Amino acid sequence: MALGSLLTSHSRTAPSQTGGWRWPLLLTAAVIAMPVMVIVGSLLLPYSESWGHLLETVVPRYVATSLWLMAGVGLGTFVIGVGAAWLTTAYEFPGRRMLSWALLLPMAMPAYIIAYTYTGMLDFSGPVQSGLRDWFGWGYGDYYFPQIRSLGGAICMLSLVLYPYVYLLTRVAFMEQSATILEAGRSLGRTPRQTFFAVALPMARPAIVAGVSLALMETLADFGTVDYFGVSAFTAGIFRTWYGLGELTTAAQLCAMLLVFILVLVTLERASRSRMRFHYRSARRAAPLRLSGWQGAGASIALSLVMTAGFLLPALQLLEWSLDRWRAIFDSAFLSLVYNSFMLATLASVCCLLVALLLGYGKRLSPGLMESATVRVASMGYAVPGMVIAVGVLIPFAWLDNRVDALFRAWFDNSTGLILSGTMAALLFAYVVRFLSVSLQSVESGLARIGPELDESARTLGANPTQTLRRVHLPMLRGSLLTALLLVFVDVLKELPATLILRPFDVNTLAVRAYELASDERLADAALPALAIVIIGLAPVILLVRGILSGEPNRE
Amino acid sequence: MSKPLQIIGLSADYGELRAVRSVDLHLETGAIGCLLGPSGCGKTTLLRTVSGFVTASEGSVIIGERLVSGDHVHVPPEERKVGMVFQDFALFPHLNVRSNIAFGLRQLHADQQRDVVDEMLSLTGMSSNAQAMPHELSGGQQQRVALARALAPEPALLLLDEPFSGLDASLREQLAREVRDLLKERHVTALMVTHDQHEAMAIADQVTLMQGGSIEQTATPYELYHCPATEFAASFIGGGNFIHLRTDDHGNATGELSMLALPAGLPANAHLKLLIRPDDVRADTAGELSLPVRHRAFQGAQVLYELALPDGQLVICAAPSHTDASTGPELMWSLDLRHLVHFPVSPPT
Repeated sequence: MALGSLLTSHSRTAPSQTGGWRWPLLLTAAVIAMPVMVIVGSLLLPYSESWGHLLETVVPRYVATSLWLMAGVGLGTFVIGVGAAWLTTAYEFPGRRMLSWALLLPMAMPAYIIAYTYTGMLDFSGPVQSGLRDWFGWGYGDYYFPQIRSLGGAICMLSLVLYPYVYLLTRVAFMEQSATILEAGRSLGRTPRQTFFAVALPMARPAIVAGVSLALMETLADFGTVDYFGVSAFTAGIFRTWYGLGELTTAAQLCAMLLVFILVLVTLERASRSRMRFHYRSARRAAPLRLSGWQGAGASIALSLVMTAGFLLPALQLLEWSLDRWRAIFDSAFLSLVYNSFMLATLASVCCLLVALLLGYGKRLSPGLMESATVRVASMGYAVPGMVIAVGVLIPFAWLDNRVDALFRAWFDNSTGLILSGTMAALLFAYVVRFLSVSLQSVESGLARIGPELDESARTLGANPTQTLRRVHLPMLRGSLLTALLLVFVDVLKELPATLILRPFDVNTLAVRAYELASDERLADAALPALAIVIIGLAPVILLVRGILSGEPNRE
Repeated sequence: MSKPLQIIGLSADYGELRAVRSVDLHLETGAIGCLLGPSGCGKTTLLRTVSGFVTASEGSVIIGERLVSGDHVHVPPEERKVGMVFQDFALFPHLNVRSNIAFGLRQLHADQQRDVVDEMLSLTGMSSNAQAMPHELSGGQQQRVALARALAPEPALLLLDEPFSGLDASLREQLAREVRDLLKERHVTALMVTHDQHEAMAIADQVTLMQGGSIEQTATPYELYHCPATEFAASFIGGGNFIHLRTDDHGNATGELSMLALPAGLPANAHLKLLIRPDDVRADTAGELSLPVRHRAFQGAQVLYELALPDGQLVICAAPSHTDASTGPELMWSLDLRHLVHFPVSPPT
């Protein structure tokens, strides 16, 4: 409703002069930006007594751990992502076509879920160690086994599920490289391998940097894995400060420090993306070289291992546990988890879509610097960890509640309690802030494909902007809008830290339940909710797979 | 001394298709050769076989003294010491002009590299753009860098794949002349692919005309124009057309065309088609032929007249621009055939 009235109120003015369009856009952007502003603003608030202590003791550890984590995951995703992209684009080997999409499957696996699963598999009582003991006749303490719940373990887990970001972007970059450029390298005296390092790799550098930056943003945003593994990364520290010490302001100040890291990554990613456009595309792709014999088998086996470790093995383990505990877990409580998760995800995806339409269409109606900046600001949530957004939402909502409460007490001598914080509203707001960029991207790219002459002809035929939106854009955008709904739906379903902090007291979701059960070391019981998340998470991966397959040359 | 390039009985396949069929071709040191032909004639595949990006199916390629393609021999492109200028220039977008040119000079010391690059930059007139990135250059400048990059390692043979087709028509001619001067000055042996006969004639010492994967004729531009060896060569190169005629016992035209004063040399008692180029017909007040003008096309430096022979066949005359048959006394025409190019008319099947 609000959207409709906003759109009609200015229908009589020429699009380029609708100054009135600015205010709804600006207001929306301001509201969306508020949590981050609050976090930044918290640096100006008084620092608590424990701050100095924290700075001396744990903060250096948070910084160091997060840096190690980023270095490890950066290296891991780089090697796996770039290697997989190069092998699947430059060579032909058995299973290449299937692997080129199967390598995306780990995207469906949230890092915290793969962490629980591997812990269960590699534990002392898990199948791997039991098997080793049975085989060799070892007893407890007879042998060394690497501890998965460690910094190294977290790096492995995150790399296994985050490399697809690097793989996807780098793959496109390699595919767009012109055959003649690579041939130029050859004719100037470099072997194919030297050409890869001297030409193909540096040319793909912007895509690689962008991909690794995205993977590192996810790494910094991860809470479930580091919390479960007891790794003192920033998010784990923030949660401890808030939950353990009850110091919301201090938590916000830690969040602000984390934002500095994020800012560096965002800058890096943006700069790289803008550099990509200088790399011209060519119609002729280099013909893939056929790898024969053991080389081809090696490529196939290596990539299959990555895919198996990142998806197949943990998914099968989850399935086994789920089947095992089916009776004990599948009850009305589980169904209410499913219901809560679906309802929250649906509401959030619809909210995101409406706001995205308002921003995207508003920017289209009155394109200008201000509007572009506004949309940019509103879409920065993708980089900000859910934990940070949660704290940024909690502070103003709590403040507002206290004010209202105080007001009511003064005037009516009656306490209202907390109205906003701890409600669905707070949680939904956080989701919109975090995932708006996802739907905005779909809406904007969809709108960009509709030529402005269509708007103009609709307008000359007597339709106002709202009618144009309804009769022209929305029908044409159907695919993009469904994609936007689906992507946000799945992201919300997987989201852990913001949900954990902001959920209403009596509301539980699949992700939170999986976290709780895993934290209680009931890993097998956590499998069913986790499996549900993974299965639903496959939906957007299928969309990506379709994109990849359509880019493949058709054979036979 | 051996020739820089010898191609002997070479065949190459493009997928299922035999794109090049037993081709023989030689280039002398310092010569500029040109592969000319309509699209799909196999000229690009032939060039890519020489560069090593396509494997030969039969026959051999010898560059300098080295067999690079032959029976069970396939030297990879990077070891062939051929320079290559690509149609889209293929400059490395992540390297500036200087680094692009230096790319093939890895075996040299840093200061030697700098000297070579500097020389190439000044040779191609790109010294002031040494630090520029490829996307900052105009098409003509990119072309110069591509040439400099290919020449820097002093290849035994330079290959150019439609090097001017990405450029504006106005720039093409000028660059083609510059490239020829530069290659001649440095005694570079080069083989270029083009579909533009004017470009080929302007730049090459030796033009190889191809069709359907085979060579029609290899000759100097003058020979190719005036003495085409095949009917295809005669019609593909230059303007003009064939007139059909029958000859008597003495090799003279019969019937309505007997008024044409043809030089001796035509076969007797034959049915043949004779090539008449626009420059074979002259507007000449002292000429012996009176022919009606069917069409007149003013082209600036010259005027093309379409003239009807008595039996209705047309010939074309390129006359100086000042000749004007539309006013004044009727122009007379004369035939000046210095090269008799004729082919038998195959009986209708």
